[in-house]
Amino acid sequence: MKANVSNAWSRLRHDRLAMISLVVLVGFVVMAVITPWVSDRDDIRAINTADNPTWASPSSQFILGTDYLGRSVALQIMWGSRVSLFVGLAATLLTIVIGTVIGLASGFFGGWTDAVLMRITDWFLVIPFLPTAIVLAAVLNRSLWTIVFVIGITSWPSTARLVRSQVLSVRSRLYVDRARALGAGRAHLVRRHILPNVTPLVMASTTLAVPISILTETTLSFLGLGDPTQVSWGFILNEAREKGAVDRGAWWYYMPPGVAIVMVVLAFTLLGRAMETVLDPRLRET
Amino acid sequence: MRRRFVIGKILGALSTLVFVVVFNFFLFRVVNDDPINSMFRGRNLTPEQLDRLRVKFNLDGTKWEQFVAYVRQLLHGDLGYSLKSSRPVSTVIAEAIWPTILLVGTSTLLAMLGIALGYRAGWRRGSTFDATATSVSMLTYSMPEYWIGMVALGVFAAGLGWFPVGGLNDPGSTLTGLERILDQLHHMILPATVLAVAYIGEYMIVARSAMIDTSREDYLQLARAKGLREADVRKRHAQPNALLPVVSLSAINFGFVLSGAIAVESIFSWPGIGQQTQFAIAGPDFPMLQGLFLLISAAVILANLAADLLYGYLDPRVAGR
Repeated sequence: MKANVSNAWSRLRHDRLAMISLVVLVGFVVMAVITPWVSDRDDIRAINTADNPTWASPSSQFILGTDYLGRSVALQIMWGSRVSLFVGLAATLLTIVIGTVIGLASGFFGGWTDAVLMRITDWFLVIPFLPTAIVLAAVLNRSLWTIVFVIGITSWPSTARLVRSQVLSVRSRLYVDRARALGAGRAHLVRRHILPNVTPLVMASTTLAVPISILTETTLSFLGLGDPTQVSWGFILNEAREKGAVDRGAWWYYMPPGVAIVMVVLAFTLLGRAMETVLDPRLRET
Repeated sequence: MRRRFVIGKILGALSTLVFVVVFNFFLFRVVNDDPINSMFRGRNLTPEQLDRLRVKFNLDGTKWEQFVAYVRQLLHGDLGYSLKSSRPVSTVIAEAIWPTILLVGTSTLLAMLGIALGYRAGWRRGSTFDATATSVSMLTYSMPEYWIGMVALGVFAAGLGWFPVGGLNDPGSTLTGLERILDQLHHMILPATVLAVAYIGEYMIVARSAMIDTSREDYLQLARAKGLREADVRKRHAQPNALLPVVSLSAINFGFVLSGAIAVESIFSWPGIGQQTQFAIAGPDFPMLQGLFLLISAAVILANLAADLLYGYLDPRVAGR
């Protein structure tokens, strides 16, 4: 297992796009982490920005200009990165946990458990993801945890499918039969043989699930379903549109959040695909 | 096609539909226990008025009675009343559905250009064309569709003034006949292109990998050995076989485009299902939201069923004997 990881890493290191993506992601994470140290949350509260110019285009004082209340767009992006990354990562974690548990149970126990769980998985795969997330978020309270919950509960099916098929292929291998013949219990089988073989693919699928979670968070916030007390990138875009930034030509207001979203989503996607290729030899293109 | 396969798929789709109905009911009556109270919070209604509203919106009685009443209503095509306009939800939806069909249909056709691009890229894997098409697809795939819409509005409508900023027609337009249709087309170009740009990448990527898989097959070598020209090998032998994954994708993508239309329609004030969804969220107008969710889910379930059956028809191995 350890040898596998270092082997995978050394192959990943030679993938230039994957490394650029990693650098971009580290950059955003550093920004999210240091923001509370380099700026004050109160700086983007409307009460404290009354003296600032409104709708100001980028200048040396406000490098990305200001919005309709005179708040610095750059600061909003920085604070927004915390919310967007947090929700993206937490929702992905939830997705992966639900998906892995259901996939493991389904693949390992088989029979009725498998039939019932896969039926439910199919239901969730077919019903459209975003509208489901919208109705769920609409009936629940507006909070960050609601968004995390909503994304987790709607996006686990593909992970469950992936884990299940991997479990099925591992379960039929000879060394698992051998362990069982030697008297290994279920818990031992899952822990020592099934999980280690499923983990690498789950990691790749995690990396690919993060961008989807981030995009969903921004869409829900954009539609007005986010936490109104928290600035996220989708929330900035929502306000920008409602206050007519597009008609005013205030590009500094609506361009930067979008660019930030695209950079993070693209970086996660490229990294996830590179990991998948490294971990799954069938995907390696010659 | 084998009857068992067809019946199995239809039953599967029906079970999904039943699941959606139960989920829908559960969500709006159980998770949100007293919608009337939360909807009319702060309006100072007397308990009698609240009770009358509960009867009107079918919220009296036990949960089971409510569920039976809800299903009975659904079977009669009755989706209840919108809280905002007090009009029947089904009437509002019936009005909003055509603009959405027009928009989603047009952009889906445009996005399907991605299939041709993907085939070409997959056939000439590693070429400059492949590298460019793949990178551009990854880029557009990463963009939220509503943000593409905002940028497009900023550049082409507010900036250059080539296109109107939204709506189906100019407000107060008195145009009739052909001129009216042309005006609507003019209004549709921007939103339809935005949706197409947002989803063309997915068609392209799937078509490309389907083509790559197919291009390794032995029967292509055989076709070449027979002396067929490369163009014929591609058109007659590779492309038809690479069509299968694309068929399944189209159904999934239909769901995505429909979802994407929610945000894009509200940006372009396009009077369709998506804009109604945005209004219902802002209300919040729960009966409306419930009806819209049911409609969108049913449409996607049907699209999936159609794709499954088409797949079984195109690839008899799947449907069995």
